[in-house]
Amino acid sequence: MKRSLIAPENRAAVRDSLGVGVAVGAYGFAFGAASVAAGLSVLQTCLLSLLAFTGGTQFAVVGVIAGGGSPGAALAGGLLLGSRNTLYAMRLAPMLRVRGVRRLVAALGTIDESTAMAVAQETPELGRVAFWWTFGGVFTFWNLTTLLGGVTGSLIDPAAVGLDAVVPAAFLALLAPRLRTGVVERRIAVVAAVIAFGLIPITPAGVPVLASCAALLVAFQLGRPR
Amino acid sequence: MSLWTLVLLTIAGCYAFKLAGYLVPERLLGRPVVRRVVELMPVALLAALVVVEAVADGHHWHFDGPRLAGFAVGAFATWRRAPFVVIIAAAAATAAVLRLVT
Repeated sequence: MKRSLIAPENRAAVRDSLGVGVAVGAYGFAFGAASVAAGLSVLQTCLLSLLAFTGGTQFAVVGVIAGGGSPGAALAGGLLLGSRNTLYAMRLAPMLRVRGVRRLVAALGTIDESTAMAVAQETPELGRVAFWWTFGGVFTFWNLTTLLGGVTGSLIDPAAVGLDAVVPAAFLALLAPRLRTGVVERRIAVVAAVIAFGLIPITPAGVPVLASCAALLVAFQLGRPR
Repeated sequence: MSLWTLVLLTIAGCYAFKLAGYLVPERLLGRPVVRRVVELMPVALLAALVVVEAVADGHHWHFDGPRLAGFAVGAFATWRRAPFVVIIAAAAATAAVLRLVT
């Protein structure tokens, strides 16, 4: 099978990369179900996973819609969250050295997981292996489970299976690694949480999330860290 | 804006952000301030999303017992560095079981 095609020195990177892909699959199921519960069709839900292919953004978009926010607010929140992929691409570009169609495909696969796995490798060669295998693994499972969640999600009551508790827990799980990296991150998170909490009853849905970006001022008040 | 417009603009915007990093010369986006803002923005947005998804219903506070309990169990699992599947399953099971028995 495939395994014989993989050079021995690449096997550890490939195994880790596919492991990440499988783990993310569970999250895709939650996204599919949440998206359909928010009122998007199964087709719209699957197109987001296939072509937007960036989990945090996708969850933010359907989260704002589910909370009664306007599509404009959902789009703004989703795109702000998606802007970090530009930085990932800048970090990966010198390592991947892709041109033409391969660059267009690599761009689609530039996400949290593929970047993290690629930059964690010891050599650029292993970095490229990790990027493509993580991208392939996450893409495969993410889209399969999105479809599964979207189809079965419309058959079940989201609250009865606890989906409403899954969404904030999933966001926290995405946030956790960043909270562990430094005190600036933790302060920003606390200030952003307070801003969002305070604005919930006085602004339209979607606005508390966007306004939380004001918490970034904390980072600059503390001077230039690192 | 319709849901279809939202879906298509989200796709176009997300892809453009990704591709930009491969096309734009590093010196344009590589300024430390820009880099820092883009790096830290997800922290603020995700923290706000956690709060909104946990305690908001539309633009009202809504403190729902099973939802908060499920979230708390999920948060504990996150703190214990449990795998993603475990975090999600624990949060869902807690909320679902509490709704079943109350």
